[in-house]
Amino acid sequence: MQPDLTEKILELIRRTSSSLPADVEKRLRESIEKEEPGSAARGALETIMKNIELSRANSTPICQDTGTPIFYVHYPEGWSTRKLREQIRAAMVDSTKRNFMRPNAVDAIYDKNSGNNLGGEDFPTIHFEEIDADQPLVIELMLKGGGCENVGRQYSLPDNSLGAGRDLAGVRKVALDAVQKAQGQGCAPGILGIAIGGDRGSSYAKSKEVLFSEMGKRNADPELAKLEERLIKESNEMGIGPMGFGGKTTVLDTKITGMHRLPASYFVSVSYMCWAYRRRKMTVKGEDVIYD
Amino acid sequence: MREITLPISDETIRSLHVGEPVTLTGTMVTGRDAAHKWLIETFIKKTRQPQGDDLKVYDELKKLLNGSVIYHCGPVVSGLDTKDYKFVAAGPTTSIREEPYQADVMKHFNVKGVIGKGGMGPKTLKGCQKTPGVYFHAIGGAASYIAQRVMKVLGVYKMEFGTPEAMWVIEVKDFPVVVTMDAHGASQHAVVGDSSQKVLDDLLAKPY
Repeated sequence: MQPDLTEKILELIRRTSSSLPADVEKRLRESIEKEEPGSAARGALETIMKNIELSRANSTPICQDTGTPIFYVHYPEGWSTRKLREQIRAAMVDSTKRNFMRPNAVDAIYDKNSGNNLGGEDFPTIHFEEIDADQPLVIELMLKGGGCENVGRQYSLPDNSLGAGRDLAGVRKVALDAVQKAQGQGCAPGILGIAIGGDRGSSYAKSKEVLFSEMGKRNADPELAKLEERLIKESNEMGIGPMGFGGKTTVLDTKITGMHRLPASYFVSVSYMCWAYRRRKMTVKGEDVIYD
Repeated sequence: MREITLPISDETIRSLHVGEPVTLTGTMVTGRDAAHKWLIETFIKKTRQPQGDDLKVYDELKKLLNGSVIYHCGPVVSGLDTKDYKFVAAGPTTSIREEPYQADVMKHFNVKGVIGKGGMGPKTLKGCQKTPGVYFHAIGGAASYIAQRVMKVLGVYKMEFGTPEAMWVIEVKDFPVVVTMDAHGASQHAVVGDSSQKVLDDLLAKPY
């Protein structure tokens, strides 16, 4: 008999919204020292740190834009995904009542906020992936705010205006362009998720999926790992800084992944994640639920 | 740090310059996408007929906004069922979406300042020179921290827009911001935009 996980998922949402993961917090804290004492950039980072602590202590949202809830559910063979979906949706409603989440689902045609973070079949976004029956159930959640989502970009290569061809050299150019165009509007310092290939839809989805991996973890492919490092360094050379105030910290990390593409297409999708990089995971082992 | 009380005089506005951190204390109103579109269409361009309580709200907003500031914010609010409202999380939203509307709203309502994040464009910068007004940059994402500066929710208009889009009248104390666009035509966003573009051009010219 499959357990009712609604309460446990509610706790996952609370943690994700109010408590930034340790690896993200560490990276932000380290960046303070890079900014000039007394600068607006440093002031911004200091306020960010205070906000992180306060949100965690009071279980209040780190950011009022509690974002698009994106769930990845890795469920053991035999579990009902229909029930899991119902439980996730019930937890969304509950989390909104408790102010862990802002009512954030607006009908695009009639401009009406549903008030409970449910909207049609697609809000929240839930991906299901079946795993072996003897594996524990894992639910990952990412909350991605609208400000950073709006500055994401998709390029179809070749891009003549940037001189970007269909290779990693071209990918580098468009990624840097995306960072420059974002300025501070995606709540810099940000994290880049980049997918190369796929179609327009799968490419964007993958550029977010890659953001579930840990800060500082490099791609197994040495060429891509090198490009990740280079993009972090060169993005920071642009001097956009926290909030776009000007400064040394613009991008905290970059994640690249490759996909197969059609011979005719070469998409590069750049998802920009704000500093409020909210992602958490829960693992269900029998009666026990472990939160990362 | 300089402490500024709302409403703000023209003299004080003109004394503010880009880069200056200040705190704000007093009564302000939140307004974002739906609110700006509604204000422009109903009262400024008048392409839409006033409906329901529109005219009553307009009269009250005229008084509230005169000399005060608009905050681009869609808060998380508790007490929605009891109407005993309290701001739980209330950081700024991205301001550039209001670029088509902002200067006209500032002029029409004599709004002296706009609080948001990410900065705004040339049209608003001109509006800042004319009104005069400034753009105050709050720290994006610092929602719990800023909510603690909101002492009281005095009221709310246009709840039919939904909680994030409604116009909340709030009393703030020591709300921390940085001036990033001033009444003298200076914009930190234009400066950083230009300098980062130059670096980008150099980077694009480098071999892989």
